[in-house]
Amino acid sequence: MKRESLLAAASLWQREMVRFFRQPARVGGAIGTPLLFWLFLGSGLSGSFHMPGAAAGQGGPSYLQYFLPGTILLVVLFTTIFSAISLIQDRSEGFLQGVLVSPAPVWTIIAGKVLGSTCVAVLQGLLFLAAAPLIGLTLTGRSCLAVAGILFLNALVLSTFGFALAWKFKSIQGFHAIMNLVLMPLWFLSGALFPADSAPWILRALVFINPLSHGLFLLRTAMAGELLSHFGAVLGASLIMIVSGGFLLGLSQRMAGAREAGEVLE
Amino acid sequence: METAVEVQGLSYGYAKRHVLDKISFSVNAGEIFGVVGPNGSGKTTLFRILSTLILARQGRVLIHGFDLQQAGSDVRRKIGVVFQNPALDLQLSVFENLLYQGRLYGLFGQTLKDRAEILLKRLGLLDRKSDKAKILSGGLKRRLELAKGLMHQPAVLLLDEPSTGLDPGARKDLWTYLHKLRLEAGVTILVTTHLMEEAEHCDRIAIFERGRLVALDTPQKLKESAGSERIELTLPGEKEKIAEQMRQRFGVTVHILENGLQIEHAAASAFLPQLLAAFPGEFETVTLRKPTLEDVFMLKTGHRFWGAAHEA
Repeated sequence: MKRESLLAAASLWQREMVRFFRQPARVGGAIGTPLLFWLFLGSGLSGSFHMPGAAAGQGGPSYLQYFLPGTILLVVLFTTIFSAISLIQDRSEGFLQGVLVSPAPVWTIIAGKVLGSTCVAVLQGLLFLAAAPLIGLTLTGRSCLAVAGILFLNALVLSTFGFALAWKFKSIQGFHAIMNLVLMPLWFLSGALFPADSAPWILRALVFINPLSHGLFLLRTAMAGELLSHFGAVLGASLIMIVSGGFLLGLSQRMAGAREAGEVLE
Repeated sequence: METAVEVQGLSYGYAKRHVLDKISFSVNAGEIFGVVGPNGSGKTTLFRILSTLILARQGRVLIHGFDLQQAGSDVRRKIGVVFQNPALDLQLSVFENLLYQGRLYGLFGQTLKDRAEILLKRLGLLDRKSDKAKILSGGLKRRLELAKGLMHQPAVLLLDEPSTGLDPGARKDLWTYLHKLRLEAGVTILVTTHLMEEAEHCDRIAIFERGRLVALDTPQKLKESAGSERIELTLPGEKEKIAEQMRQRFGVTVHILENGLQIEHAAASAFLPQLLAAFPGEFETVTLRKPTLEDVFMLKTGHRFWGAAHEA
């Protein structure tokens, strides 16, 4: 790996960070909506929520508690969606073509965008984690660290997915459909809103093949401080996330690396 | 003389149609070369191929000996690209735009800052250094764009329709700077344009029409090749009828234009009084002029420059 390429990647990453913090609306948008979701849905459904497996009267977690990891995942999802949209903006505003004609290899564009988006998402997710003590969840320093690592993994997979989805889009309008049809259902079917155990089998199957479910499982387990006690499942879920991330990175590299070529005509 | 850009038998097909059809030409180092044509002539596709954005599978393009098929970092270091639509990051300051650009080309530290400062000074942007790019006027944005393209000191500068959206003053500034750049740094400049008056700034121009190269020479020689002076008339009466009368009476070539008639005559100025005497009171305006590049276009393609895009 050449030093020049690393410099280009670092520079593109830095640009993502600078741009993010210069647009307060983005910070607000990625945290505000999930916060409202969490407060309204969380408190509204609290009365009717019953954790499967928990004995009647014993309670188990309250819905606000159950819903918190899913909400943090939603913060991460929103941040990565904003980042994917910024890729489309980079294209339509012309910045991207300036990078494409430079000697910086394509992987630097992916690295800059994906890592930039990931870092922002982790920061925002951790910021939201500050709400945990309000509902009686206490986190040790170690589990905070574990949560940060798991958020990183989740954000990396989602950012790369966002990159691959957004690469071909020339306008933001078209991407909104993708957002609503692909990205949001991914979250709905991750176990963020409801535990999959009591759902119909078809839903359970969908939840199982959704990599985000495994990311959420990791997050939920880390927040409960139980990573070590579910070691096997944690390892499996981590592997699924890493493999998904690797596949999406490869796909992004392939898509972004292909130059549009003319047809051969007689 | 060294060749900066060599295009050999280049074709580009899209949707079963030739956008570029067997184009060959070469640009000398240090030359200002214009690629001229109406919309749809293929010049933007040529620009995108030269700037390594898209790949042509037929033919070859060499830039200072490097093949564009590979589009490795060698060839990309040789070219500076100024797009028609600004490639600026509007959220960043003028200075930051240059810093980020320089880093893509491996520049860093003091060298990077110095180079950005020098360019800002040269392009008269130093006092706007900390302003966000989004508040710059169109002319200043284009200047910043130019500075971006020059950060890595390219040998060949490619500009796509650089005058788009510029007022006449800013347009003049741009060309003054381009001439200076060629003179002082020996940069080869290749510019695409649909403006014939802009083509006059170039050492040589290649005229494109529907994907073909129809003429290539200095603007002066091209105009000379278009022959004699022209008389242009606008008239309220029936164009076809009067044109026919002129042809019969004087044996001259008369073109029927959208808004009048055009007459070619070897001694147009001497002929004009006769013409006026023969058709008293028929004309609204009468213009006598030397051939322009637009006439060259019309001569080579059989239709008017501005009509070409619509007919295509």
